[in-house]
Amino acid sequence: MTSHAEALHEQHGPPEANQSSRVDARTLGIFLFIGSEIMLFGSFFAAYFFIRVVNPEASTILPEAWQFWPPCKEPPAGGVCTAGQYEFPVFVAGVNTAILVTSSFTMHWALQSIKRGQRAGFLAGMVLTFLMGFAFLLTQAIEYLNVGFNTGDGAFASVFFGLTGLHGAHVAVGLTLLGMVIVRGFRGHYSPEHHHGVELPGIYWHFVDIMWIVVYSAVYLL
Amino acid sequence: MESPFRSEAAAFRFLLITIGAFALIVVASWINTWLGVVVWLLLSAAAAWVYLQQRGPKAPPEHVEHVGPPDERRILVIANETVGAEELLSAISERALGTRAQFLVVTPALTSRLKTWTSDEDAARLAAQQRLDATLAHLASVGIDAQGEVGDLDPLLAIQDAVHEFHPDEIVISTHPEGQSNWLERGVVAGARERFDVPVAHVVVDLDRAP
Repeated sequence: MTSHAEALHEQHGPPEANQSSRVDARTLGIFLFIGSEIMLFGSFFAAYFFIRVVNPEASTILPEAWQFWPPCKEPPAGGVCTAGQYEFPVFVAGVNTAILVTSSFTMHWALQSIKRGQRAGFLAGMVLTFLMGFAFLLTQAIEYLNVGFNTGDGAFASVFFGLTGLHGAHVAVGLTLLGMVIVRGFRGHYSPEHHHGVELPGIYWHFVDIMWIVVYSAVYLL
Repeated sequence: MESPFRSEAAAFRFLLITIGAFALIVVASWINTWLGVVVWLLLSAAAAWVYLQQRGPKAPPEHVEHVGPPDERRILVIANETVGAEELLSAISERALGTRAQFLVVTPALTSRLKTWTSDEDAARLAAQQRLDATLAHLASVGIDAQGEVGDLDPLLAIQDAVHEFHPDEIVISTHPEGQSNWLERGVVAGARERFDVPVAHVVVDLDRAP
């Protein structure tokens, strides 16, 4: 038998792979990444909604306090939270949301700048993005210190810290990536032709931002 | 649908859409909890509609350019478990009579998608190669000079690869009968007819009836 490839092409080495028959490595990578992130955040959201909707009795250690969300600080008397409810810092988190959303705009600006060869805009955009991300993380840390409850106060606190903390960890990873881009940027790396190293952290940063929109809406607003 | 994270610009656009969608859901929920649920359902339906729209109308069949001498016909044969069957060999012999014809026999390597993604397809490719070798030897014994190769596990992708390389004037697809054929269930024959502007012949082989 004469193989078809040999008959048609006189060449050394293995024949070139047909692209249609292969899963593109970048496509596979991004799908695996998104899939794993969806499963990770999905498990935390499942725990959150289970505590809040399916089994609210488990949300607090105080009797009857689960009838309110967030739960009462003391057992309610006559169906009323006499000592008030625990509060999620909606306003501070809202400001933090604005900071994070703005950082996505500066990230987009940075990438557009390097694509046009405008290094000053690129570096300014990256530094602003990093600073806003850092401000977000710092604000979240301060929020944790002043929130007024801890994991020992019930499962509602555990799922709150779990979800927002998971997101915070993603922000920390994003900041590391942004930091590397900034260092390389100041060393003269990247150009209109070669900016893949900016594009990928940019995608990740927007992803982190999107997840925060979902977390903020579900935990703080709804 | 393309991935919303295929590029930074696409991810940024997806972020803006997410902000808009969640703003609507939150505002609706503040007005009334059930209104929020309704808005969420409507937005989900809208997303599904956009997804279906993005798939767009079917592309026109791909034109397959004739290559080689004008009086030569190039026949692409796609078969796997039925590759050595008499019905298929007869169909090939018919096409070899009275005309110059080149044959390329492609046997897709049958394996699971999981095994493909984990590159565990050696056994499937070996089995396909063995069936192909036997068929080519049989064709050679009756004077038909055919070439062959093992193709992708997805028969339509295997056809596409072979079409781009071989430029056939006709495609012959051999399958089990209706009800027993996985390829027919997946619409391989119809798919090939839609994709390429060359005649597609379908040869049905019932291995259970074979003597």
